[in-house]
Amino acid sequence: MPDALVIAAHGSHLNPSSSAPAFDHADRIRETGAFDEVRETFWKEEPAFREVLRTVDAEEVYVVPLFISEGYFTEEIIPRELRLDGWNTDSWDSDGTSATTATLTAADTGQTIQYCGPVGSHDAMSDVIVQRAKSVTGDPDVGEGFGLAVVGHGTKRNENSAKAIEYHADRIRGMDRFDEVQALFMDEDPEIDDVTGFFDVSDIVVVPLFIADGYHTQEDIPEDMGLTDDYREGYELPERVDGHDIWYAGAVGTEPLLADVVLERTVEAGADVRGAIEQVRNRTRMAVEMDD
Amino acid sequence: MTSEYVDALVETASDGISFDGLRVAGDGEYTFETPAVELTELSEAALRDVAAGSPYVTNWYFWHAQTPQKDDRWAFLRRVEDAPLESETDSIHDRYEALDDGVTTTWGQLEITVTLGTAGQREYSLSHVADGADSELHSYDESLQARELARLDDDGRYRPLKTAPTLGTGWEFSGLGPEALVEAVGFFYPATITNWHREQNGNLDVSHWTETMERQSGIYQVVTTWDRGEGHEHVEWVAESCCTDSQCLKRREWQYDEERELETHGGDGVFPCREPCSLVISAARKFTKLDAEPTHSYEFELTPSEKEQLEGLIDAVAEGRVGEIREADIGKDANRYRTRFLRARRFDEDSQLCGVPTEEE
Repeated sequence: MPDALVIAAHGSHLNPSSSAPAFDHADRIRETGAFDEVRETFWKEEPAFREVLRTVDAEEVYVVPLFISEGYFTEEIIPRELRLDGWNTDSWDSDGTSATTATLTAADTGQTIQYCGPVGSHDAMSDVIVQRAKSVTGDPDVGEGFGLAVVGHGTKRNENSAKAIEYHADRIRGMDRFDEVQALFMDEDPEIDDVTGFFDVSDIVVVPLFIADGYHTQEDIPEDMGLTDDYREGYELPERVDGHDIWYAGAVGTEPLLADVVLERTVEAGADVRGAIEQVRNRTRMAVEMDD
Repeated sequence: MTSEYVDALVETASDGISFDGLRVAGDGEYTFETPAVELTELSEAALRDVAAGSPYVTNWYFWHAQTPQKDDRWAFLRRVEDAPLESETDSIHDRYEALDDGVTTTWGQLEITVTLGTAGQREYSLSHVADGADSELHSYDESLQARELARLDDDGRYRPLKTAPTLGTGWEFSGLGPEALVEAVGFFYPATITNWHREQNGNLDVSHWTETMERQSGIYQVVTTWDRGEGHEHVEWVAESCCTDSQCLKRREWQYDEERELETHGGDGVFPCREPCSLVISAARKFTKLDAEPTHSYEFELTPSEKEQLEGLIDAVAEGRVGEIREADIGKDANRYRTRFLRARRFDEDSQLCGVPTEEE
């Protein structure tokens, strides 16, 4: 029986573009032919987590959560709604950013489920953040003379959310690519409101670690940073704020290379999709600079 | 193409074939039967001769080699051409004659037509039931495009519920194969095929209101406080608000719980609804809070016409009729000018009805 990939995302009752990253990355993976079936499923849209597995023919299914952090949705909601027998929060044996995969059986269908960690806490996400910086500046060599701010929610919502932001900020700092790298948050210190105060360099790329563009990335963050008083009026790229040029990237989840992280997650779980990963990287014009 | 289905037939003959009126058996020496012919002691060459061009053989091949074999998809495709779920023993002549003209069925707001292609293959087309022969239609041929068509209604508004009866019009898919048809239907109405099939087989797993709400966590846990074991009128209201045919084409099969059925009509849709969906759960969270509020006596001075207008307004909004009311049709309760007149006459500067404060001062 062929393998299937299910991409599990949040979706929205209100925002029609919330599901766009899940669809776009699923399509990129469909194009590679790496899986016989690729399905999107949503918490707020259809097919619902509860019903998606019964729409899949394969006996073995890789499920990759298109979420940023390990926490409520990935550790409670998705396993519960997919009816993954034997799941518990220790199944990934993760410290909050080190989830890999758990092999479980879906009580609903009897399928073997390779339940993978979320894209957001995978190491390759660091490369997607860098790629986002390249995309938004239009400069494949962006780094020198630039600061990078990785932005997330704070711990008020989920402790692991802040961990993932700091984890990737640390990793990118370790690449010695940008002059300065800073993790910033919406609702705790260090806060995004004071973004220019955290950097000495004049150019700052701001990449929010969110899957989809929506209220936070399109309204909150631009206004909080002072890019604009009213998001509806828009802003320049880059926008001048307090003597700095801010290159605001919007949600990292819309970056085409994120499809690569979805595939990387399935590789960890045993899928043989190395060829597809190469295709995705080539198509998204990823420079050859992966850590491995 | 000819050799493909004939090869397959010869290969499978030793297992014995009995499908839709075709019976073939043997190994080296064969029998070949249809309602019209009965041939025995055939050599392989003779079997190949008689199989080539036989609609019974291409029909068998289509259903076993060219159709998705997953039970639910297969059963759905049988339904689409009005074929019995189990293999039939009678002549396929009538069905083939019907397929020549095209067999049409509906699935929610989808109209599906199947016709015969070459060598027993089927070709499917898909359109909106409301579109007729004289509608101007955009043509599509890839099932993935259905996902985009399902996203917005004809007014360009987002459709958070795929089975809402608001599917946009003006499109058609043609030349789809069986796999692509199933995929397209899956994008328009996710999981409806598999749930319909489960129901057909008597194993639809219905999760009723109480068990669904008990499963909720986080911000949705509050809904369980609404159930206090003293009747379930509130769930009737939810079903009436969100789950009737005017709001959703799924046929509601979930009840209050295993013992207590809701009186509200579940709808007449072809595919079942097996548990309260995420929209219902989100709405129920708000309804729970609204219903927990104690009532309060207010005193308003309204004319009889104004009282009736308020009732008519609520009705028009609830039925989604506001957009249909013509600009100058002042006779309608929800006409914009008439409503603005009511507001001008009865609201104070703080938008309070008849100047009566909501909270006591």
